[in-house]
Amino acid sequence: MDLEYSTEYQTFRDELREFLREHKHLSPGAIVRRPTEREQPQDGPNPAQRWQQLLIEHGYAARTIPKEYGGYGAEPDPLKNHIIAEEFAKARVRPGHSGDNRLVPTVLELGTEDQKQWLVPPSIRGEMSWCQGYSEPGSGSDLASLTTRAEVDGDDFVINGQKIWTSGAQYADMMFCLVRTEPDAPKHQGISYLVFSMDRPGIEVRPLVTMTGEATFNEVFFTDVRVPKNQIIGKRGEGWFVANTTLKHEREGLGDPNQAENRFREIVELMETEKVDGKPIMSNATHRDRLLQLQGRMLAMKYNGMRVLTSQRKHEEPGLPRWIIKLQGCELNHQMAAMAIDSLGELGTLYHRSDHMRAGGMWQQRFMMDLGLIIGGGTAQIQKNMIGERALGLPKEPKIEEKSA
Amino acid sequence: MDFALSEEQQYLQQTVMDLLADSCSLDVVRADASENQTKNSDLFASLAQLGIQGTLISEDYGGVGLRLIDAALIAEALGSCVATVPFIGNSVIAPLAIDLAGSDEQKNNWLPRLASGEITCGIALGEHVGARDNDPITREKDTISGVAMFALEVQDADIFLVATNEGELHIVESQNVHVNPLFSIDKTRSIGELTLEGTPSDHLAHCTDPSDVLARVVDAGRVAIAADTLGASQTMLNKAVEYAGERQQFNRVIGSFQAVKHMCAEMAAELEPCRSLVWYAAHAYDTIAQEARLTACHAKAHLAEVGRFVARKATEVHGGMGFTDLLGLHYWFKRVELNRQLLGTPEFVRNIAAEVQGWT
Repeated sequence: MDLEYSTEYQTFRDELREFLREHKHLSPGAIVRRPTEREQPQDGPNPAQRWQQLLIEHGYAARTIPKEYGGYGAEPDPLKNHIIAEEFAKARVRPGHSGDNRLVPTVLELGTEDQKQWLVPPSIRGEMSWCQGYSEPGSGSDLASLTTRAEVDGDDFVINGQKIWTSGAQYADMMFCLVRTEPDAPKHQGISYLVFSMDRPGIEVRPLVTMTGEATFNEVFFTDVRVPKNQIIGKRGEGWFVANTTLKHEREGLGDPNQAENRFREIVELMETEKVDGKPIMSNATHRDRLLQLQGRMLAMKYNGMRVLTSQRKHEEPGLPRWIIKLQGCELNHQMAAMAIDSLGELGTLYHRSDHMRAGGMWQQRFMMDLGLIIGGGTAQIQKNMIGERALGLPKEPKIEEKSA
Repeated sequence: MDFALSEEQQYLQQTVMDLLADSCSLDVVRADASENQTKNSDLFASLAQLGIQGTLISEDYGGVGLRLIDAALIAEALGSCVATVPFIGNSVIAPLAIDLAGSDEQKNNWLPRLASGEITCGIALGEHVGARDNDPITREKDTISGVAMFALEVQDADIFLVATNEGELHIVESQNVHVNPLFSIDKTRSIGELTLEGTPSDHLAHCTDPSDVLARVVDAGRVAIAADTLGASQTMLNKAVEYAGERQQFNRVIGSFQAVKHMCAEMAAELEPCRSLVWYAAHAYDTIAQEARLTACHAKAHLAEVGRFVARKATEVHGGMGFTDLLGLHYWFKRVELNRQLLGTPEFVRNIAAEVQGWT
């Protein structure tokens, strides 16, 4: 056990800190909904794209994406990724992105050379943004039962059906989408993975307003949408396998311990500065004990993250410590937002540009968004199934009968 | 950056686990419990052969000179088998106190005998951690007097480490102490009430700030208790998963029902990060002084909470059988419950964590 960083990593961290000090002012705002926001068409790159380009040049974004596809081309190094995430979080600077952390790794792993050249460089430059067309009204946790169809007609697939929970569809340039191409095959084997422009005729996006009051999600309807046959990633009928590559990449991003630690610091600051009856909230022993309980959980998750990182560096499968991150991390974030709201009392309920509102209503927004994240990306219950079955080896629920879709 | 156990550490823990698998089965624990025996002399002797009692004692005094992280791995192993031997007081707190506050002569006198297992030491730190309404322990010249509540590992102890109301540390010999055993729910460790009346004491005064030494050894003790709870909880989870994978109802193993599967997943999800917390707290005690107290308190408090959760859920997974004496699960349940209260309840130690951060 040695928590010191060797000279190589210490230097890497020092250089990054220096970079952030020097260039922080160019960062386009610390809090951004997603890197996939579609900006108004304009001449030349926008500030977000220029920031991203600067980060790529210094190896702080798209770090391991090969140079020929516009990345920095470094060898994978989990510890350097960790240092990057940690320092950007500490400095509260908008981090870079790798185009789309679900689509880009999938194309790099399973796409053809033409597809890689077509999709990866503009994605990582922030010029091609993505939305994910997976869930359907009738296919949530049981995703493989999806029914949106793509039938071959000449050189095209013709898509009909509906997707839901499509984050950012109103801004995205492109969609990666699961469709059923082999209706007679067993449900996991009849799916294909297509990529196409959101400008194609026959696509209708309807915003879905969530409990936060914002339309972060959409419903997307397809009516005879034509997509060239070569816009399939992987082979026909292998889309489920392709999608699982993507899902693996998505889950790793949820429940990040860096985020929890930052959030914890914000709550401490809030409790030390906000006063009730003339006294800081921190002086209330009951609130404080609740804060300390969360600190204990937060630290446990932080050190758990260090353990996972150590395994990854040694090319070992982290197992259980990794399986639990999404479940525990999202719950912890939600609990922390709840704690902040309760510290504020009535002030904590103010929302929508109300007078006296604290932190722009951020805690209420997070409290609700976090509940969304507990449900999304594989519900907490699905996570528990995976922990029970894959990590603890408990048997699956017996299938009632396999219904072909 | 390497946050993992070394091969030597894994080997150490496995060696102790193997020994316990042979000599500390549930039958042994049951037999000891029925006789209120909390120092199984065979097991204690086998552990001494491995040098376990000398884990934290330097080689100069006949020990093996390891660190708290190693002692925590041993405590975890002992907790996993609800072992009926003293360790946390005898082999963690007492040797550290003597090492930090004793003169060379005192170290020479006590440490080699503790390291070899020739003598055992109980601890009575109640004056420092949650003093009760009893006669305070006071010193007068070379003697100490008073009543020490909730001394730990008292059975068959040859000597006791006692804290006074001034925060001094003393060693007294058990023949000069009246020990009134107290019977807690946990039959695998002994606690008791010590009465001292002008008892001659060996004052450990070779340090600049005795109360700092006291606080530090309590940090170490809290980490060791957290590790013991980690081990006990992990065993309960393992037993629950095993039972859920075997027991059949409605023509299915009950672990295939999500109601049961999710209880197991929740236990694992809560417990697994605790392992990292215990490692980190032990490592901080050894090498990151400024984080030692904070993380020791959090390890103690958080393990107490998660330990109680796991002990309860694991019992429920076993259904009615979990509630009976037949399966013996209750030994682990009770071990976790006593650990929760020793050296400060979760609320008590979280308050210390708040003080450390300047929040009170």
